[in-house]
Amino acid sequence: MTLRMVAITDMDIRSARQLMPRVFFRPLFERVLAWFGWAAFAGLLMYCAVRFDFSPIRISNGADELGIIAGLMFPPATGGNIDLFLLGIAETVAMAFLGTLIGSIFAFPLGFLAAKNIISARFFHFSVRRVFDALRGIDVFIWALIFVSAYGLGPMAGILAIAISDIGTLSKLFSEAIENVDRKQTEGVKAAGGNQVKIVRFGVLPQVLPVMLSSALYMFESNIRSATILGIVGAGGIGLLLSDRIRANVWDQSCFIIILIVITVYAIDLLSKKLRERLIGSGR
Amino acid sequence: MPDAVIPAGSSNHVAAFQRARGEMLRQKRIQTLIFIAVFLVCLVVAVIAGQFSVGALIEGLPKTTTYIEKLLPTLRRESLSADIFEWYWNIGKWLNLLAETLLMAFFATLLGTISAFLLSFPASSNLAANHQVYFVTRRFLEISRSVPDLVYALVFVFAWGLGPLAGILALAIHTMGASGKLFADVNENIDSNPIDGVRAVGGNWIKIIRFAVVPQVLPAFVSYTLWRFEINVRTATVLGFVGAGGIGYELYTDIRLNYYEDVSAILLIIVVAVVCIDMICEEIRHRMIGKEFLR
Repeated sequence: MTLRMVAITDMDIRSARQLMPRVFFRPLFERVLAWFGWAAFAGLLMYCAVRFDFSPIRISNGADELGIIAGLMFPPATGGNIDLFLLGIAETVAMAFLGTLIGSIFAFPLGFLAAKNIISARFFHFSVRRVFDALRGIDVFIWALIFVSAYGLGPMAGILAIAISDIGTLSKLFSEAIENVDRKQTEGVKAAGGNQVKIVRFGVLPQVLPVMLSSALYMFESNIRSATILGIVGAGGIGLLLSDRIRANVWDQSCFIIILIVITVYAIDLLSKKLRERLIGSGR
Repeated sequence: MPDAVIPAGSSNHVAAFQRARGEMLRQKRIQTLIFIAVFLVCLVVAVIAGQFSVGALIEGLPKTTTYIEKLLPTLRRESLSADIFEWYWNIGKWLNLLAETLLMAFFATLLGTISAFLLSFPASSNLAANHQVYFVTRRFLEISRSVPDLVYALVFVFAWGLGPLAGILALAIHTMGASGKLFADVNENIDSNPIDGVRAVGGNWIKIIRFAVVPQVLPAFVSYTLWRFEINVRTATVLGFVGAGGIGYELYTDIRLNYYEDVSAILLIIVVAVVCIDMICEEIRHRMIGKEFLR
């Protein structure tokens, strides 16, 4: 097979240039603006490097230290505390489960309150959304520390911290799901003479419930990750055991706990992914 | 079932339909019951393992409300500006710490994203040189992201000492793992025609990446990076809890020492900063959609 290429002539280039001048030449102002943008970016970067003392010597010194620590981590050991560790993992999973559950229960009605198509008062909508933003804006770790101050050390503080920050996130996700419902079904219920409650029950809920459950499961996965480290501030779970061991320089047991955490996170992710696939599949 | 051929009103078919429907409903009901049973078992186990009790919850409720009351600053109408001034007595230091927190998030996001960008190409099955490279890079990214960033910070504080550097490196490693995976997934879903095109005119691997892959994936990368930056800002606010720099250490001591008004002042600063960053990133993302200036 022979291939024949059509050569591009000067004429073609000229006509292309006429057709799309900005591909060939950008105005001076735009180029200067872009140049300034990059300069500011580089300046900020330099400032960061200086401020944080990000020097190769310091990095490599620390890396040497890290190498020593890593050497002490292997082989990982239980130190005869395997029961304690497994109990810690169980407590962690329980905290994430209960926190997500409580958060979802509260977020369910709040999601309806914040949905534009259910309650259409603009100012109300705006302020409810901002409250959710504030709940989400504060990291779950900060909530945990606050609840430790109020409730004392233990998993209760962790559960409540997860629940509170979940209320912020899930309410937002739920209200978005409700706002995205197909109007044909709600209008159908209305046309058949249904009142507001019936519209929600038969027009909205069947559409949003699978999405809601799916996002709650997603938050559960994310909360498992948070719950593993909440113990660092004393809010229960495996994190307390881990931070104690790291602070006491018991590196082989620390490594064992880290591996346990990673396995748990993997297992829960896998389980939750399976469940979510089923939910979305049956929902449609 | 070809329902078009069923004659209307045929009692035989209606009965068959009713039977099938009854069977389906019954199965669904059994499924729901099993689901509820499993859920209840999980709940009971969780309540036991988590040492959860409604009694303790109700008992602690007044403590929580008094705590929140104490957090609220005393603002009087007649001396409002003076009260706010007193509430934010340490504003200079806090803003400086906030700036440090934001810069830590920025710097860490950048370092992590650059590493993620470079590693995402060997981690995509359609671009990796061979299966070994793909496998090793993917596992490396997996390990980097599956250890929580605060655990990295806890360990790094021992290696690099107390201060922001440990926090930055912890965030950067986690960002590399998380973004690297997302980037690689984007790479795997690209149109392969441009790759074939660049290869046909004699481009090497670098040229393929530069001219065939990057233009396709850059908008998605930027969007993911902005999202990761938002997450990193949140995490950076708490890195100080383990001594890894930022506003977290100040907040930690204030909560521990019960300086209530300082706690609420710092919390408000953090919330405002986080919400602003989220809004700015959202705006950038919206502007990017539709505009293809990144190509």
